[in-house]
Amino acid sequence: MKQVYLKIKENVPIAKATYKMVLEGDTSALTQPGQFVNFKLDGFFLRRPISVCDWNDETLTVIYKVVGGGTEAMSLMKPGDTIDTLIGLGNGFDCGKSGDRPVLIGGGVGVPPLFRLCRELLAQGKEPSVILGFNSADEVFWAEEFSALGAKVYITTADGSVGTHGFVTDILPDIDYTFFYTCGPEPMFRAIERIAKGGGEYSFEERMGCGFGACMGCSCKTLTGNKRICKEGPVMEREEIIWEN
Amino acid sequence: MGKLNVNLCGIELDNPVIPASGTFGFGYEFAELYDINILGTFSFKGTTKEPRFGNPTPRIAECTAGMINAVGLQNPGVEKVIAEELVKLSKCFDKKVMANVSGFSVEDYVYTCERLDACEQVGWLEVNVSCPNVHGGGMSFGTSPSAAAEVCAAVKAAVHKPVIIKLSPNVTDIVEIAKACEAAGADGISLINTLLGMRIDLKTRRPVIANKMGGFSGSAIFPVALRMVYQVAGAVNIPVVGMGGVSSAEDVIEMMLAGATAVQVGAANLVNPYACRDIIDALPSVMDKYNINSLSEITGGALNG
Repeated sequence: MKQVYLKIKENVPIAKATYKMVLEGDTSALTQPGQFVNFKLDGFFLRRPISVCDWNDETLTVIYKVVGGGTEAMSLMKPGDTIDTLIGLGNGFDCGKSGDRPVLIGGGVGVPPLFRLCRELLAQGKEPSVILGFNSADEVFWAEEFSALGAKVYITTADGSVGTHGFVTDILPDIDYTFFYTCGPEPMFRAIERIAKGGGEYSFEERMGCGFGACMGCSCKTLTGNKRICKEGPVMEREEIIWEN
Repeated sequence: MGKLNVNLCGIELDNPVIPASGTFGFGYEFAELYDINILGTFSFKGTTKEPRFGNPTPRIAECTAGMINAVGLQNPGVEKVIAEELVKLSKCFDKKVMANVSGFSVEDYVYTCERLDACEQVGWLEVNVSCPNVHGGGMSFGTSPSAAAEVCAAVKAAVHKPVIIKLSPNVTDIVEIAKACEAAGADGISLINTLLGMRIDLKTRRPVIANKMGGFSGSAIFPVALRMVYQVAGAVNIPVVGMGGVSSAEDVIEMMLAGATAVQVGAANLVNPYACRDIIDALPSVMDKYNINSLSEITGGALNG
């Protein structure tokens, strides 16, 4: 983890209530796909944890959805503004577990961290399939970007306005995969857990105090002991997760 | 004696800045960021006799200029704290640490305090009779002068190190409780723990926090904390450790003028992990600005006249 000041280069809407923000600065603390950053925004006491979509040596890309006051304030920020950022937080996806044909399953605003993962898996010569689930056509984002990387992309929408009518779990049984990686809402996780085969990794979300393991605000029980979503997570192994009710 | 030094219950501190329990873990997460030996000391995560997972999540809610937590004393239990956490801490912290202890019975408090009293690394025992997030313990001892005094006297009889009783602000008369602890032999008083608060989510119309209520902290509570430190420091003759919403060198000085010998910094660490380092760095120039030559001389400066 590092504290850095990042300068906004671009902050544009890309789908309904969904924005892409590109920031410039020191990204050296990022080591794994699936890690997150924690932004300090003017007027808000706690930082805002946001998953990392992609990065290079000089820039960071995040995609976020406006769901409350903090993300609304982010959406109003302009190129040139700087954000006090804790970067390189959390334990991300383990590419080493993927096998030859991993499947990446994203739901809504859970899609972004899978992008860097997809890129790294392709760079390692793997053949990832990607299933992106959204509510409706106006919420769909980043499908072309995944395709442009060279992944096979499937889209589902709950209302059928684009792609397959239904949910990510309507596509999953038709795919031949060696391992799964997923990020999205918990009802989607539970549906995946019921039908998925073999090993997988889930990236969880929780209300956080600090985001770096100090406050114990985001703890969960697992079969391998108590873990902090922000520190040992957000990515958890399928076999260690306890699904309560 | 340096300009920032203070003496807390017989132990010299390089400066009065102490990260508060529950906001600094067992130190080593922060030691990855800066040398934590610059601190006066720190109060480690509230420790109980048995391991505790704590409350269900969500445990955190945000407020204007503050936050609410209902962690519920998650900790690995005193044996693991001694066998694992203090060992890890010894690799990054050379000073005496403040051991924060909670319990559910007088016997719990005594047991845990005795175990930690025997640890070389521990300088003070901070006995928390004020956690708002656990039922049947913690705060229930801190809301009655006689119960607080009973815990205090029992712990004092069992340990050798200075005992600091950490008080709850969620009471009618905090001064009466502080005086009862002093009479029971406390070596110091620390205050305030968090204020009981809550938030409701307008979309779901349910409390944000799973435990419904939690402890409100952050800069919003500073004036309340300062007032209580002033009242308690004016009424007891033992050192007072002031805390509650402290987030700057100016706040540290203000707390000391109200009667604090040392000052804890809590929620600020969660937002800015460098908060305590930044405060310590800023203290000399802020002291110069207000013509303060030595911090130890200003304690209680606002109490007289």
